[in-house]
Amino acid sequence: MAMAALRREGRRFATPLISPNPANVFRSSLIPSEEPVLSGVRCISTQVVRNRMKSVKNIQKITKAMKMVAASKLRAIQTRAENSRGLWQPFTALLGDTPSIDVKKNVIVTISADKGLCGGINSTSVKISRAMHKLNSGPDKENKYVILGEKAKAQLVRDSKKDIELVMTELQKNPLNYTQVSVMADDILKNVEFDALRIVYNKFQSVVSFLPTVSTVLSPEVVEREAESGGKLGDLDLYEIEGAETKAEVLQNLTEFQFSCMMYNAVLENATSEQGARMSAMDSSSRNAGDMLDRLTLTYNRTRQASITTELIEIISGASALEG
Amino acid sequence: MFRRGSQFLSRASTMRWRRPFSTDLPAEASKDSNFVESWRKAIPTVEPPSTPSAFMATRPATPSSIPSKLTVNFVLPYSSELSGKEVDMVIIPATTGQMGVLPGHVSTIAELKPGILSVHEGNDVSKYFVSGGFAYVHANSFADIIAVEAVPLDHINPNLVQKGLADFTQKLSTASTDVEKAEAQIGVDVHSALNAALTG
Repeated sequence: MAMAALRREGRRFATPLISPNPANVFRSSLIPSEEPVLSGVRCISTQVVRNRMKSVKNIQKITKAMKMVAASKLRAIQTRAENSRGLWQPFTALLGDTPSIDVKKNVIVTISADKGLCGGINSTSVKISRAMHKLNSGPDKENKYVILGEKAKAQLVRDSKKDIELVMTELQKNPLNYTQVSVMADDILKNVEFDALRIVYNKFQSVVSFLPTVSTVLSPEVVEREAESGGKLGDLDLYEIEGAETKAEVLQNLTEFQFSCMMYNAVLENATSEQGARMSAMDSSSRNAGDMLDRLTLTYNRTRQASITTELIEIISGASALEG
Repeated sequence: MFRRGSQFLSRASTMRWRRPFSTDLPAEASKDSNFVESWRKAIPTVEPPSTPSAFMATRPATPSSIPSKLTVNFVLPYSSELSGKEVDMVIIPATTGQMGVLPGHVSTIAELKPGILSVHEGNDVSKYFVSGGFAYVHANSFADIIAVEAVPLDHINPNLVQKGLADFTQKLSTASTDVEKAEAQIGVDVHSALNAALTG
């Protein structure tokens, strides 16, 4: 509801602000023309300005409230994201970081938010996902998208509808936990065929900055092939494997566990970046609303003063005409 | 220069170290540049994204002599219980049996089963009950243990364990579908492991 109100108000303001000479147009849009003021209809112009001041004040209230909400959510989720940072490091230490691996079936897991008004984090992850798609495209190669979140879906549906394999939304209805994320990861693993999963998300750095990041998870077959051919994962052959009967079985468990851990961290990092970005976006928009309110108050006071002065002059000149 | 000569000779003679000359460089550096280069060629307008290795402290190379301590990282989804802690020994509940890990252990990947993980540091022993996960022991005397859930052993109530064990044993006997049976079996396994951990 708040967003609809914001959008409506935004549209009303957009027209005068876009013009090349804002000061003039702004005035002329508030005071339709000089003629009515001079011919005695003075109250109408102050009425328009007063209405606009009221709505700007309301927008400011909304954006301030949204900033507060984002700030409190940020504090809760930031500690969780930071605590989950240890989780993926052992996997990267063991299986390495292989963004440049060249495989046939690429699946790009784009993580985004469900809601807007949070700066550029959604378009950043979409942009990086498109670029990953382009980077890995070629003859006899397949690229598919798995999308988390409403906003990336809306952007990617437009031009790459045929490549979208799976869409999941409303992830953050309940507070994020590992169980929920691992169920979701399981869903992805079951429904999508892949050689390499590339998770695209925004890593939280500070309230005002986030880093677009790509984590790569390979399928067990690819891991085994790379380890045997002595490529990037050549060291893996030196490890003794204990557990299930065959090496393939352990690798399967290992990569599935890796994917769920990577996803858990990625989802948390992205949610934290979202709240941080929303907080700073709402902060700047409430500051903008304050500036606009100042300008409007100035215009309003000037117009009022001008009309009072005009009235005084009329009275005085009328009186002096009678006297003289 | 000649001071290190003896080291190289001894390494070459044992043939334990496969890449004796590359130990000075972090292994990650070359991989990333490849990705960044191809990215810049294909998509010049967008900055290449970061990759996880950029956020990780580089692990030291395998030292030539066995260090006296084992460096342990013990992580859970919601916290890092131990991070980079130097201990004498850990005992890991692998699916193949309890596995003691000392510094200089051969590099291993092990799946965990529900059981006790104990961390020995001098005379102090801290015990955790872990629900399952993975453990990696690296050649450079680093051990990474990842578990889905872990609690210190003294936080567990023995009465509730007995009750849970009885409940799940009964459920296992009455279960009709395969799913129910599997769930009950998991419950029995976890509770009997807990019971064994508490009594043993």
